[in-house]
Amino acid sequence: MNIIVCIKQVPAKDAPLTIAGNWIKESDIGFEMNEPDSYALEEALRLKEKHGGEVIALSMGPERVKQTIKEALAKGADRGIHVADDNFAQLDPLGSAKALAAAIRKEKADLVLTGLQSDDHGFGQTGVLLAGLLDLPHATIIMAIEVTDRKMKLKRELEAGWFQHMECPLPAVLSIQSGINKVRYATLKGIMAAKKKEIAAATRESLGVSHEPTQKIEKIYVPTKTKKTEFLTGTPKEVATKLVEKLKFEARVI
Amino acid sequence: MKILVITELRQGKWNNASFETLAAAQQIAKDTLSAVSALVIGKDVAAFADELAGKNVAEVLRVEHDLLEAYTPDGFCVALKQVIESAKPDLVLFPHTYQVRDFAPKLAAMLGKGMIGDCIGYRYEGGKLVFVRQMFQGKTAADVTFSGVAPWFASFQSGAFRADLLAAHPSGQAPVNSVAVSLSAEHIRTKPLDLFKEAKSAVDLTQAPLIVAIGRGIKAPENIPQAEALAKALGGEIAASRPICDEGWLPMERQIGSSGQTVAPKLYLALGISGAIQHVVGMKGARTIVAINKDSNAPIFEIADYGVVGDIFEIMPALTEALEKAKSS
Repeated sequence: MNIIVCIKQVPAKDAPLTIAGNWIKESDIGFEMNEPDSYALEEALRLKEKHGGEVIALSMGPERVKQTIKEALAKGADRGIHVADDNFAQLDPLGSAKALAAAIRKEKADLVLTGLQSDDHGFGQTGVLLAGLLDLPHATIIMAIEVTDRKMKLKRELEAGWFQHMECPLPAVLSIQSGINKVRYATLKGIMAAKKKEIAAATRESLGVSHEPTQKIEKIYVPTKTKKTEFLTGTPKEVATKLVEKLKFEARVI
Repeated sequence: MKILVITELRQGKWNNASFETLAAAQQIAKDTLSAVSALVIGKDVAAFADELAGKNVAEVLRVEHDLLEAYTPDGFCVALKQVIESAKPDLVLFPHTYQVRDFAPKLAAMLGKGMIGDCIGYRYEGGKLVFVRQMFQGKTAADVTFSGVAPWFASFQSGAFRADLLAAHPSGQAPVNSVAVSLSAEHIRTKPLDLFKEAKSAVDLTQAPLIVAIGRGIKAPENIPQAEALAKALGGEIAASRPICDEGWLPMERQIGSSGQTVAPKLYLALGISGAIQHVVGMKGARTIVAINKDSNAPIFEIADYGVVGDIFEIMPALTEALEKAKSS
């Protein structure tokens, strides 16, 4: 079973964000694998361990993205594809999906996996768009995958605590829900092995993708507060005493 | 401009987010001098269409087919593409539900268009609609506009607009028009099976008046007893944001947010929770919100009544002690 996992590199969770026009200042901050995508990668590795085949880590963005591909290779992906694009952050969801779809079309994949959404843009559209562009069946927010005889039985999460089982033929595209599995760490052996693994390079031009943007981020900014927050200061003990008083006599909730 | 709202049914009942989106559409229509149509899709949806016709809309579109009885992304995309091509709306609006996330971007792409999803508001400026959505897990907001020609697709987050502001039809009922769609079983490649809930939860957080919720800031499972001690001193229930339940540190039934429970307690005490939107939608209805977080820029402070910027590991024990003292005094 050959699986392509789409992995995005995003600013590290604790990175201090400095807004610069319609994006953030990218110098001086760390980047990491988008956490929802790490669950998709783990699921791909588990499916490969069970059914054989190959796992390809596909990522798009500037040169630094290779580091995240290497991390996927160290965890057990067999090879990587890097669609180099310095303006990736400004691409609309359809634009990036078109480039990823073009890279996927060159491979013989049985399954394409994505995370649920990215921790930076948070568009949450890539998997569904890929299914549309590649004309493949798809399902999203997947909590379990069982593969039998060119078919999958899936557990899909719905809202308000509901789930649904469904059947989906292969090949297909799935968006994986975070928490579906427990993500592995790369071993030293894996990190060494990754050095010999191939990362193929492509660009939107080399993939023959043309795209008129459908939307534009005009600017980003710190959201305006809708509620007046009273900040309590002092030593932990003072803060605790103040808070209990506020909750008891002002908010009257305890 | 012509606005089309795609409403959603969930297991034979309205998904109420539909009415919030309809209210948003009415407001946009007022600003842009547009007409709103509302669409209901499924099998045997006449009663729902009639109910929509009582709202202030120009027209209700009723899209029915035997193969639309159960939701499938293929079925909905094939059917709605035909409706949009014939009805020619400029702006297609959806509630930002799990179901919409599952098909709407693909529907837009089938028409060569893009979608701005998960919007929390809009502005109409200089003849142009600007959609506001969150990025970086709620740490920033973003203004996003459409490029190119209509139709444009957008979805509104649950709670972004108030369903109770939905205007009724001025003269009683809007016309309901059935739209025929051609759909065959071959179009539908996935097969929905049983709907179910996991083992019945022992705790009903929706009924809890006092909730202590923990997020990533709790750092390790060994630290959870500290938060539990605080919850006990308060007489409340312990809950968590998604990452904590994903890690298995607390059971899924204790999860608050879009994929877990939606709660509206008297007091919600958020410990080390950054306030990503997926969490906030599940608790912003709380009467009083207290946030304790070491990051003064954490978005949770935007909705907090009381905030403490500090180390939860120092404040949790102090607060537990203060609560116990207040109880005994």
